[in-house]
Amino acid sequence: MMSYQPAVQTEKPQASARGRMAALLSLLCAGLGQLYNRQWIKGLILLAVEAAAVPFFASKLGHAVWGIWTLGETKRNIGKKIMGDNSTILLIDGLIVLLLFALFLLVYVLNIKDAYKVGSQIEAGRKPNSFIQSLAYIRDNKFAEAFLVIPGIGVLFLTVMPIIFMIMLAFTNFSAPNHLPPASLVDWVGFDTFKKLVTLKTWSHTFYGVFIWTIIWAVLSTVTTYFGGFLVALIIQQSDIKLKGLWRTILILPYAIPQMISLLVMRNLFNGQFGPINQYLGYFGLGRVPWLTDPMWAKATVIIVNMWVGIPVSMLLIMGILTTIPKDMYEAAEVDGASMWQKFRIVTLPMVLFSTGPILITQFAGNINNFNAIFLLTDGNPVKGDYQYAGATDLLVTWLYKLTLNQNQYAFASAIGIIIFILVASISIYNYRRTRSFREEDMIQ
Amino acid sequence: MNRKTSKVFRLAFSYLFLAIACVCVLYPSIWVILASFRPGKSLYSKTLIPEKFTLDHYRELFTSKSFLFADWYMNTLKIALMTMVLGTLLVLLTGYAVSRFRFKGRQNVLSVVLVLGMFPGFMSLIALYILLKSLNLMDTHFALVLVYSMGAPIMGAFLAKGFFDTIPRSLDEAARIDGANNVTIFFRIMLPLSKPMLAYLALTQFVGPWVDFIFAKMVLRTRENFTVAVGLYEQISSMQNSNFTLFAAASVLIAAPIAILFMFMQRFFVDGLTAGASKG
Repeated sequence: MMSYQPAVQTEKPQASARGRMAALLSLLCAGLGQLYNRQWIKGLILLAVEAAAVPFFASKLGHAVWGIWTLGETKRNIGKKIMGDNSTILLIDGLIVLLLFALFLLVYVLNIKDAYKVGSQIEAGRKPNSFIQSLAYIRDNKFAEAFLVIPGIGVLFLTVMPIIFMIMLAFTNFSAPNHLPPASLVDWVGFDTFKKLVTLKTWSHTFYGVFIWTIIWAVLSTVTTYFGGFLVALIIQQSDIKLKGLWRTILILPYAIPQMISLLVMRNLFNGQFGPINQYLGYFGLGRVPWLTDPMWAKATVIIVNMWVGIPVSMLLIMGILTTIPKDMYEAAEVDGASMWQKFRIVTLPMVLFSTGPILITQFAGNINNFNAIFLLTDGNPVKGDYQYAGATDLLVTWLYKLTLNQNQYAFASAIGIIIFILVASISIYNYRRTRSFREEDMIQ
Repeated sequence: MNRKTSKVFRLAFSYLFLAIACVCVLYPSIWVILASFRPGKSLYSKTLIPEKFTLDHYRELFTSKSFLFADWYMNTLKIALMTMVLGTLLVLLTGYAVSRFRFKGRQNVLSVVLVLGMFPGFMSLIALYILLKSLNLMDTHFALVLVYSMGAPIMGAFLAKGFFDTIPRSLDEAARIDGANNVTIFFRIMLPLSKPMLAYLALTQFVGPWVDFIFAKMVLRTRENFTVAVGLYEQISSMQNSNFTLFAAASVLIAAPIAILFMFMQRFFVDGLTAGASKG
């Protein structure tokens, strides 16, 4: 490994009486060991942390565990003026307290380790670092860890906590109409929601239907945009095509327009009654096409519109790669008398596929979660009568959205979220393992 | 002779293809721009080019009591700029930390970032709603900036890491020998060398708030606080059938600056895309 090593290697502290004493003091109360080691500022800061944390956790921790365990015990009763417990808020508050507690424990462990290390160093005859020196030490040798604390905490509370919360919801019965806080309580139900999703007729029919369409959509939308972009890139990159820059600039326009706008505009373009597309078809004597209102047509429309949105990105990527293919490979093929098609098949295609393979898989995974394309264009419609709150073009992810925000079916939505996650995660992990940069990154440099 | 005709055919086909592609690409934009100048309200129009041009719809956006478009525009600009600065800085520093340093749990950090990116974003909506409510941050722009920029490293850290990986280590080692510390190295060496990545990240961060209508819709409750995306979605898309031309005008006003920005910084986007792509 050629990674940067700190200039001053701190030797492993020897087991020492002073170190053990300092560690013991720090175990008793954070900061005491540091004070004992004559690191006053550090010690006082840790003492302050302890003084703030102990009363906080003493009052909150028990309630948090109780809240998560029971999800509340008293039901709201307006007549008797009982406010009752709010299960979801209990769950979130509990999670936050537990996460804070985990952070506190981490600080505590570090505090003990630090006291032990410094104590041992003192016994070995070295002066303890002053506060300024400690800061410099962090800047020079612990930079990454110290800095990552900021995004780490942000991600912990704004991303990880919500995800844990949603995962937990999948194992409760939190849903309309009978289990909606604050009016009523929510209970843990184990794997019931998942079982219902695959066995209960109303749910399973929708689930399988939407699931299959999600996969078909992901495959078709990825393949069409990829090869569409490939074709455009090949045509522009022909040596005798003029005005390459102009073509490229025009053709990446869809990429520059925010999807939210372009898709809402498309929705109007394809409007069956008043939209211009049907109007033009009328000029050619063709009948109106139910672009967005017939299940099959709607599916075709989302794929076509997605090509409009997605081809520019593939085009840009592939154009970049085409320019990196060494010219002599083509020359060698020409010497061997290869036709244009053969040159493409033997040189271009393998080279491009090889370099873009990982992106292709990433795009596939991304398309499983392609919320915008469906939501803004068709809103999942046309409605299917035998579906549970879903339409013909709904993907799992848009169905999840409807279940959460319109139908209050939180438990089912969370279960679907977990299923989407497993799907996307397994594809991505497979992809990631295959990509060399992960395993060999230290060898490249 | 045969060879020559086949070349002519090939070129003719290529130009024809490109011309058709350009029409398909340009048509929706031209249609919407023209519609925004069309008198009346309806989606249907006999001709593509309106018989009479009018600026009424643009005027209505800025004067009408129910749209407050100017306020929304300023709100969005403010949020977008703050998110851009904070988010980009966080992404770059995270990328720098995982690219240049080998510390305990580094692989875990990378895996966690990767896994978190795979959860459907709005799985966290409900929890964030309750959290922001209990922190009294509902209906504030601060909440949006906080969530956008704190979420940025999850999407962008890998891109930044991949880019930093391509900058030779010998550069920072040389600087270190000359006495530079990590902070100096980051600002004086890594940042100047990563301009394409910086531009790409900054732009994606900047554009995010302009187009997010889901999370922003949940947080922002009062009309004066809306961003353009929420405003457009809430107010105008509900009536896009009854007042299409107004919707068209609003769309043009939102899309035009972003599209122009993109076109100008095209080069960086290509670089950013390929840099992120080749390294994963």
